[in-house]
Amino acid sequence: MGTTSTSNGANGEGFSRRNLIKRSAALGLIAVPTMGFLSACAASGSGDDQERQKGEVTKDNPFGVAKGGTLDVVIFKGGFGDQYAIEWEKLYKDTWGPEISHLGTQEITGKLQPRFNAGNPPDVVDNSGAQQIKLDVLHKNGQLADLTELLDAPAPDDPSKKVRDILVPGTAEKGFIGGKMHSLNYVYTVYGLWYSGKMFQDRGWEVPKTWDALLAIMQDAKKQGIGGLAHQGKHPYYINVMIMDLIAKTGGLDAMKAIDNLDPKAFVGSAAAKQSIEAVYEIVEKGLLLPGTNSLDHIESQTAWNEGKAVFIPSGSWLENEQLKQTPEDFDMRFLPMPVLPGSKLPFEAIRAGAGEPFIVPEKARNKAGGLEFLRMMCSREWSTTFAQQANSLTIVQDGVDKSVELRPGTKSAIEAVEACPVDQRFDYYYTNWYSEMDESIRTASAELMAKRIQPNEWLKRAQAAVDKAAEDPESKNNKRP
Amino acid sequence: MQQGKYRFVTGFLIVPVALYAVFMIWPYLQTFGYSFTDWQGQSQEMGFVGFDNYTALFSDSVFLKALWHNILLLIFLPVATILLALFFAYMVNVGGRGGSGGVRGVAGSGFYKILFFVPHVLSIAILAVLWRAIYRGDVAGLINGVFIKLGLSDPAHPIEWLNEPDLVLWCVAFVLLWWGVGFYLVLFSAAMQSIPREIYEAALLDGSSRTQTFFKVTLPLLWDTVQTAWVYLAILAMDCFALISVMTPGNSYGGGPDHNSEVMATYLMRNFLAFGKSGYACAMGVVILGLTLVLSLVTLRISRRERIEY
Repeated sequence: MGTTSTSNGANGEGFSRRNLIKRSAALGLIAVPTMGFLSACAASGSGDDQERQKGEVTKDNPFGVAKGGTLDVVIFKGGFGDQYAIEWEKLYKDTWGPEISHLGTQEITGKLQPRFNAGNPPDVVDNSGAQQIKLDVLHKNGQLADLTELLDAPAPDDPSKKVRDILVPGTAEKGFIGGKMHSLNYVYTVYGLWYSGKMFQDRGWEVPKTWDALLAIMQDAKKQGIGGLAHQGKHPYYINVMIMDLIAKTGGLDAMKAIDNLDPKAFVGSAAAKQSIEAVYEIVEKGLLLPGTNSLDHIESQTAWNEGKAVFIPSGSWLENEQLKQTPEDFDMRFLPMPVLPGSKLPFEAIRAGAGEPFIVPEKARNKAGGLEFLRMMCSREWSTTFAQQANSLTIVQDGVDKSVELRPGTKSAIEAVEACPVDQRFDYYYTNWYSEMDESIRTASAELMAKRIQPNEWLKRAQAAVDKAAEDPESKNNKRP
Repeated sequence: MQQGKYRFVTGFLIVPVALYAVFMIWPYLQTFGYSFTDWQGQSQEMGFVGFDNYTALFSDSVFLKALWHNILLLIFLPVATILLALFFAYMVNVGGRGGSGGVRGVAGSGFYKILFFVPHVLSIAILAVLWRAIYRGDVAGLINGVFIKLGLSDPAHPIEWLNEPDLVLWCVAFVLLWWGVGFYLVLFSAAMQSIPREIYEAALLDGSSRTQTFFKVTLPLLWDTVQTAWVYLAILAMDCFALISVMTPGNSYGGGPDHNSEVMATYLMRNFLAFGKSGYACAMGVVILGLTLVLSLVTLRISRRERIEY
């Protein structure tokens, strides 16, 4: 039974818990655990005692940020580093003057779970990386501030516009959980295949636009002793990028939405899914994988690819930053939209692109107004340019990066691909944020497929079973894509 | 002197007992409490669900698979580690045969002792990274590299050690064995050195072989130590979290491919952190605790023998 209805505020404190204690005592369960709950209650209560920092709401201060006070920022220190955030904090301090505490870490869960439980979370969190706290879980527990307020606030550079009008289309929706925006996905990320421009030039290959052309290059490479496709087998997340891209392009946006909306025919009974997974399996069957790639982790496989041992690798546009040290000087990293199958509903130019790297403001943050203001300032040209300079990536602020910023070849080629793709042909999946368990089950099935231990039909069955299981959760009704 | 003895003893004990109670006993009790709820791990909101988590556990095929893997490790790991460690300890301490009939270890025994103990000095995280490089699934892996040089495997199809459903668990178990033998070698050596040499000399004079000496003299006199080792290793086999979560494939906390190296601890962590099923995970924790306790008691009970005084 769920008790999320009693989830907020100090007076919600413990209807459920009080009940729980009574019942457990009544049932005569061991008396001691009851003590555990009592203390747990005490621990959670302490968060509510803290003063909320709040100032007056004015036109320039839409959230009512109090001057001074404190601002607690936690940043995932991964491929983008955390220098950009340190720069931002300086700018924030100049305006609002709080004491800022900054933590850059990879262990988001380890550092923050106790704080969420005790009711004293930070004010802004870049909740990303392998150890992110899953957004669906945080949302179910009423820990995420509703960011609709942010969308409706005046844009930082032009108060006549709202923040929602200056974001790249789809950004707000990417942060939707339960029908409302709860995270600001800040980095504009492009997903697809990557290759070395130099390798293509040396071997006289043309950019493949169809699946057959892609296979032809891989076969040519195999003859020359190079693996066709490398993938980050230890983390089947990446091969799923390839599979899911192909499904969306083959079956069009409806095929993609069927998966996000947990359609009973999302996989089994979907012609696009069947055609796509069989196409990916063909790579395996024809022996075009880099030998051993199924067991390599992301760094091992990406480095092997950098060393020219394989032609293609699937990833998002963070790849270039992640591999900065391992990439040879003349590698000329290039992005490739997923080549299309015969009868594909979307053209070759269509790409999976969208907002990534979720920033959240905890609902119980002491300086929630400050957290929201921080997010609003992230949508300014100045902050967006700072990010591009420090992290070599685009943000979701429209035209938000000063043209003087010099980007690296991979990022440049990704931007060209975005520009070549009409807005209505850019797509993005949401299920990864909505249904963690389903995502993992599909990944597991993909790893089995790549290792040739299951056939495409079995993959479809497993993926469908994962979808059906996610659909059993009553909360899934709140996540729907139009 | 007798007066105030208890106060004196209490004075010394109060701090460690308090620490133990706060950081060990208390969390255990809380885990019990949480296991009867649908707690999701990110707030203190939860509802009471009675034994639902426990009934769900025993129809969860992944959990049962994980439990089975723990049982396999429980059978294999202590037996293999203890036998090997005993054998090495025996060879290092009394296995050598000098011309004059003295009792001592094989030549170079001091060196072997250090060599065997070295793995135990490394942290588990380093071990995991080291062995990932050894088991690496492409030509750059140490084992695969050697196999390919020797022509034992085909460079186009290197053995993906940690991605083979039938091998992965044993690959990890081997690392634990390699890591554990050195420690128990030293433990058994210490115990063997406290066995009076006269007993060995007497056995030698009576013409007993190395094997006979081992089974008739050494082993009975070491029984207490073996028993302790058994309990420790059984507890280790019930855990295995660190190595499996770092070495094996899968997105959060390893356990792959397709749950073929899943143990209860990795499945617990995935449910606790990644899936937000923390109440359910606590129920697993309670089951693990229960099994470990029962095992320790049973082991101590079954292996109880007459103690030999010397």
